[in-house]
Amino acid sequence: MITALLLALALLSGLTTPAAAQSAAPSPSPEIVKAMAEVASSDATVQEAAAVALGKSGDRKILPLLEALREGSVYVRTLPGGKKETVIVGDKVNEGDKTLVPLFSGYGREPIQGADGKQVLADLTKLEEVSTGRSLRIVLRPLIDAFSGQTQLADPDWTVRQAAAVKMGNSGDPAALPALTETLAKEKDRWVRYALEEAIALIQLKSGPPAERVIAATRLGALGSSDGAERIREVAAASDSPPDLKEAAAASVKRIERWSLLTQGIQVAFQGVSLSSILLLMALGLAIIFGLMGVINMAHGELMALGAYTTFVTQGWFQGHAPNAFEYYFLVALPLSFLVAGVAGFVLERGVIRFLYGRPLETLLLTWGISLMIQQGLRLWFGAANVDVISPKWLSGGVPVMVGIQLPYNRLFIIGLATVAVAAMYLLLFKTDAGLRIRAVTQNRGMAACLGVRSRRVDALTFAFGAGLAGIAGCALTQIGNVGPELGQNYIVDSFMVVVTGGVGKLLGTILAALGIGGLNKIIEPGLGAVFGKVAILVAVILFIQRRPSGLFAAKGRYADS
Amino acid sequence: MPDLSRRNFLKTTAAFGLGAAAGIGFPAVLRAQSSGTVKVGVLHSLSGTMAISEVSLRDVCMMAFEEINAKGGVMGKKIEPVVVDPASNWDLFAEKAKQLLLQDKVAVTFGCWTSVSRKSVLPVFENNEGLLFYPVQYEGEECSKAVFYTGATPNQQLIPAAEYLMSKEGGGYKKFYLLGTDYVFPRTANKILRAFLVAKGVPADNIAEEYTPFNHQDYQTIVGKIKRFASGGGACVLSTINGDSNVPFYKEFANQGLRSETAPIMAFSVAEDELRGMDTSALVGHLAAWNYFQSVDTPQNKRFIQSFRNYCEKNKLPGGTKRVTDDPMEAAYFGVYVWKQAVEKAKSFDVAAVRKAVYGQKFLAPGGEIRMHDYNHHTWKPVLIGEIHKDGQFKIVSRSKGLVEPEPWSKYTSPDKGCDWVKHQGTYQKS
Repeated sequence: MITALLLALALLSGLTTPAAAQSAAPSPSPEIVKAMAEVASSDATVQEAAAVALGKSGDRKILPLLEALREGSVYVRTLPGGKKETVIVGDKVNEGDKTLVPLFSGYGREPIQGADGKQVLADLTKLEEVSTGRSLRIVLRPLIDAFSGQTQLADPDWTVRQAAAVKMGNSGDPAALPALTETLAKEKDRWVRYALEEAIALIQLKSGPPAERVIAATRLGALGSSDGAERIREVAAASDSPPDLKEAAAASVKRIERWSLLTQGIQVAFQGVSLSSILLLMALGLAIIFGLMGVINMAHGELMALGAYTTFVTQGWFQGHAPNAFEYYFLVALPLSFLVAGVAGFVLERGVIRFLYGRPLETLLLTWGISLMIQQGLRLWFGAANVDVISPKWLSGGVPVMVGIQLPYNRLFIIGLATVAVAAMYLLLFKTDAGLRIRAVTQNRGMAACLGVRSRRVDALTFAFGAGLAGIAGCALTQIGNVGPELGQNYIVDSFMVVVTGGVGKLLGTILAALGIGGLNKIIEPGLGAVFGKVAILVAVILFIQRRPSGLFAAKGRYADS
Repeated sequence: MPDLSRRNFLKTTAAFGLGAAAGIGFPAVLRAQSSGTVKVGVLHSLSGTMAISEVSLRDVCMMAFEEINAKGGVMGKKIEPVVVDPASNWDLFAEKAKQLLLQDKVAVTFGCWTSVSRKSVLPVFENNEGLLFYPVQYEGEECSKAVFYTGATPNQQLIPAAEYLMSKEGGGYKKFYLLGTDYVFPRTANKILRAFLVAKGVPADNIAEEYTPFNHQDYQTIVGKIKRFASGGGACVLSTINGDSNVPFYKEFANQGLRSETAPIMAFSVAEDELRGMDTSALVGHLAAWNYFQSVDTPQNKRFIQSFRNYCEKNKLPGGTKRVTDDPMEAAYFGVYVWKQAVEKAKSFDVAAVRKAVYGQKFLAPGGEIRMHDYNHHTWKPVLIGEIHKDGQFKIVSRSKGLVEPEPWSKYTSPDKGCDWVKHQGTYQKS
């Protein structure tokens, strides 16, 4: 105790001399100064008592110290003259064989400046480590939570504020009530307000006076609170609840259940649309190459991989050359992916595929071989491990549309992209001269050539266009999946499944098949689980193809069997 | 590998080519003077799907051999590694193991990652008096005379992680979502976890279990389910999702508005080496349980990391000085040294003698001192819980008191079984 007191005195004087010069920040109260010194004690009971004292002080500037204690980055340094000071150390820097650490003050975590005005770098071996035992960490956790909850309620990021409110509500701690009501009065964001109201009602339901509990139960029902569902159900079933509370709770349970049924329905619908849009994007290129041109292109997946790696390279370029515009790299990567995959497709068609029109078996083997070559090439160039494509901020996170539903931006973006791609393809094929020529060549090559269409050139451009679409799909997929050399293998089966189910040669069929397969998958999955959901989809497709061998929309007329 | 320019790439392949050529030419030269060397096998997939993980184990074993050779070898004999590539093909594993034992007559083998590959080589090692050091955490329920398991058993990884989450310090979670890829490790792991949670009084309604196929990418439905499961608070996810599927899972998790503060994910299959190819921003704040992290602060770990980086750079391995170390690599590394010490204690390369000498062997591993068990062929290890940081490293938030005893047969699922090669013949019924 005496040593602790001495330490505290030492600390006090230590803080008044060098620290006074560096900032005019309000200095800590004597109790805090004392506790700060005691926290460094080697006696665990003294340490814990000091941590609690710090926590109870309510001074927000002490939070960094508590967090640092939990992480184990608190040290004691000896000032010239033998005085001791509790400090927080930053990330280690290695200089030769010495390990140096930047020092921060224990109160407020401000950089400690040396005589030269720079932050002090201290040799780690010269500092005394403050050990944090398991029991101290257990003591610290609730203290930090209580603090950080309040700090987080004032965070500029709305998702942080929302999460803090939800956490406080779930903890049911009445001590959080004043902070919540105070924040609610100032809060403008609709979703944070919702979380705050929910949290307040949850706490009131748990520990408020009887009249307040009834109001809280009704309020939670009106909010459609999913976080409150369980709590209310308990209240409704508890035998010691007063009858009016029971009644209110039972009514609220019904309301919440109705609401959750609605949100689940909407959620499944969105998931189905999202999966469909991904399938559609993957299959569009193939619908042209396989559907219209009749080339069984096993390298379709690898063309997607080319698009994905183009995105990766673009991202790397932006990181290195234009870090300020990094957020927009994806917008550059999209057309680039189209170009790279399109050029690859063009070379492929001109180089080999044009010699094999009308020989499906040879094309299949050839394109499969090419797919292996592209895969191995990617592996040699970029390494066998996956590469990381960082999502730009505007494609991370999601937008809450209603209570309980948050739609991820990346999925919304892909739905939009698929829609635009389909529209562009429709316009190209059916509203332009080029499209007319493509259709003419694919329907009757000989006749089209007779009428003066340069069928060879049309072939090459059509193939390149299809390949370019695959590149765009690859680029979009970087935002939801992995990028690695085997990327193509994961998607090729699904792509063929969509095109074949839709009916070879029919654009509308491909769209409907993507919607059907995606939607069905998402309806089945919640019940059967992911593994059997996938099996069920394959079985369904097989049965469907058995009944309608040529897919949803069979080609009719003279070229039906060609 | 963003730094892999074309020139580097050519150099690397050339080095590889030379290395391979030397590898073929080498044994012939050495066999002439084989009295001064001892052959050891390395049985890790260098191609195929598992190459991503297993190549690092090959590298770290080779580094250990080099270190030992530089200090005079094992009992005066230089280690001569025989590296074979089972190519992630389970049948080929058995074939290559046979080749190592019968043709090359190796004194010991370091190898395998997946449980299915280990199961496929087990009969080969058992029937031919072989010795295998297996460095990866696994589902337990095995007790082979021919294998030393330097990775964790379920009670050295799964149970402490669940205990941590249930504790006050870990957040006092009450609802557990067990999510895994559909194969033997996650299935067994979840069986044990479920039995443990039930034994601790967690009601069955508060435990959910779900599996996804390999390479699963679309986690919308599952994350939706977790979100409903987590409403009301107190829920966490115990994830045995493997490899590739982790990125889409964590991304979807964050995008649907779930956060590590309210519903943390505790991963059992995500280590530093896997994080190399991931955009880690969605993973920050989530947890993982292992017996070693690169961030362990010991002098021997600093040396270990530094020598591994130097080794990779010197041998022009992809990644070079940016390579990281992780739990299976540490286990593979100290496995080599444990074998060396056992040989020196037994004063013989004979498998039966070495096996007995391994029992109770201690070694100051990078992550701290470990001890081989006195009779069950597994390893006493510390258990660590780490929080994922933005740089793909882990901040250690919890550490077991001392070493945790390995239990190949979990007391929660097989309370009547034990593993003992001293008083019994392997697996036995407890009376």
